[in-house]
Amino acid sequence: MFDFNVEKTNTSEFDGQEKWDSIVIGGGPAGLNAALYAKRKGLRVGIITDEIGGQLHNTTDIDNYLGFSLVKGADLSQSFLDHVNKLDVPILKGVKVKSVSHDALDFTLTLTDGKLLTTKTVIVATGGAPKKLDIPGEKELSNKGVTYCATCDAPFFKDKHVIVAGGGNSAAEGVLDLVSYARKITVVHRSQWRADKVLLDKLNAIEKLEVHLESQLLKVLGEDHVTGVEYLEKESGEIKQLDAEGLLIEIGNVPKNEFIKDLVKTNESGEIVVDESQMTSVQGLYAAGDLTAQPHKQIIISAAEGAKAALAASQYLNSNYKENK
Amino acid sequence: MSNLLNDEVKQQIKEFLKPMKNSVTMVLFTQEDGPCQTCKESRELLGEVSKLSDKVDYIEKDLNKDSDLAEEYGITLTPSFVVLNSEGEYTGVKFNGIPAGHEINSFLSALIDMSGIAPNFDASVIERIKNVKNKVNIKVFVTLSCPHCPGAVQNAHRIAMLNDNVEGEMIEAQTFGELSQKFNVSGVPKIVINDEHELTGNQPIEQFLDIMDKL
Repeated sequence: MFDFNVEKTNTSEFDGQEKWDSIVIGGGPAGLNAALYAKRKGLRVGIITDEIGGQLHNTTDIDNYLGFSLVKGADLSQSFLDHVNKLDVPILKGVKVKSVSHDALDFTLTLTDGKLLTTKTVIVATGGAPKKLDIPGEKELSNKGVTYCATCDAPFFKDKHVIVAGGGNSAAEGVLDLVSYARKITVVHRSQWRADKVLLDKLNAIEKLEVHLESQLLKVLGEDHVTGVEYLEKESGEIKQLDAEGLLIEIGNVPKNEFIKDLVKTNESGEIVVDESQMTSVQGLYAAGDLTAQPHKQIIISAAEGAKAALAASQYLNSNYKENK
Repeated sequence: MSNLLNDEVKQQIKEFLKPMKNSVTMVLFTQEDGPCQTCKESRELLGEVSKLSDKVDYIEKDLNKDSDLAEEYGITLTPSFVVLNSEGEYTGVKFNGIPAGHEINSFLSALIDMSGIAPNFDASVIERIKNVKNKVNIKVFVTLSCPHCPGAVQNAHRIAMLNDNVEGEMIEAQTFGELSQKFNVSGVPKIVINDEHELTGNQPIEQFLDIMDKL
């Protein structure tokens, strides 16, 4: 009847280190894999993260990670963490990095709790935060029927009509998360589906699902709570309304780059520009996962970018550290 | 024999609790004469967890029959439990509803922290927490499927452990639907400080303190 997702976190000796070889910022697939590869190379590496697993936790079921035909996001996160824990990588959890600065040789990280850490290289893997629609009513009704986390808030939509904004895999998975609770679900998406066919096949079997493609949300209606949405039906040019009690927004992510965006080169979406070895515009500073300017946001790609970043950092420490700075 | 926790989870919990320093006591309140959704499961969970560490004691009380004690701990709902320190003192760590799902993590870390293992906070943060002079109640509304919630509960409990003026309580929103409605909870984690000031999302501890400083 109840699941128990016990999360084991090693918090050994984060403080004793005078200077780290590499600090990984972020505990999702990119960050955990970066730490794994860095540790295996013999680097003194630690992870700083506010949460383990990152966006893996926003997905109930994952069925596109090689080797796992169907796995729960939380379970995959746990497998990743177990693997990293086997190598005794220190993890500092529940804090964020406030800023990163560097001198001729090293980087200094300032944490939200005031701590300072010195490290020779940094791997930034903080991923993304839910992208907002930026329409009237969205902010005002956030957590009053507007949600960005289907797994967290689905129970509040029992027997209610929920609008899902978005047309990618996350939106399709959001629909699946809501199915056992909501009375009715309506997808409103500004263009065509981008979700995988296997997911769309699952959606096709849901009777209480209605889909409005080429329809752009304009406004979230309601005062104390969501009562509906207003949208533009592009083909007819008509503005229409739907009554609903909830709105799940799954339209992608914005990079979590606040603490680093002034230091490194980013693109117009704020994603960090990296070279083929995941290095940013600053030597010794690498980025991996959903916050890089790589168009396909996938778990396996993030994990792979983490590995690349760690290997490149290791190589840099062996050959370029000191000489180049 | 119950099967709420399977052998694998039991083993994980056992490992998790190994570093505990001093003993702690969990006091669970249920009620015979009244509604008690998930009381049976909470009793089972706490009973089983107490068997997995010799440093965790567990007693059960009845909200109505042991009303004096319930009042002392400010218990009004069932199931609710508090975690007492090795001296048997209540320092403001409370759970309303069963901490299953992701919330098992805030539960286990409350036991660890209460046993005398200091959280990895910077000295300046500890100083700020200790300087809170007003009475503060922190409610953290959660769902069991919310991965971001245990962090918020943990923060509330850690602040409570470090300052006697502060009480931190987890509230499982589905079990206590009426209370959740009263506080307009439709997204979690939702943090309500002194029934008035709200935070949503798993906020860093500094955000809690920023509000508490202004009370």
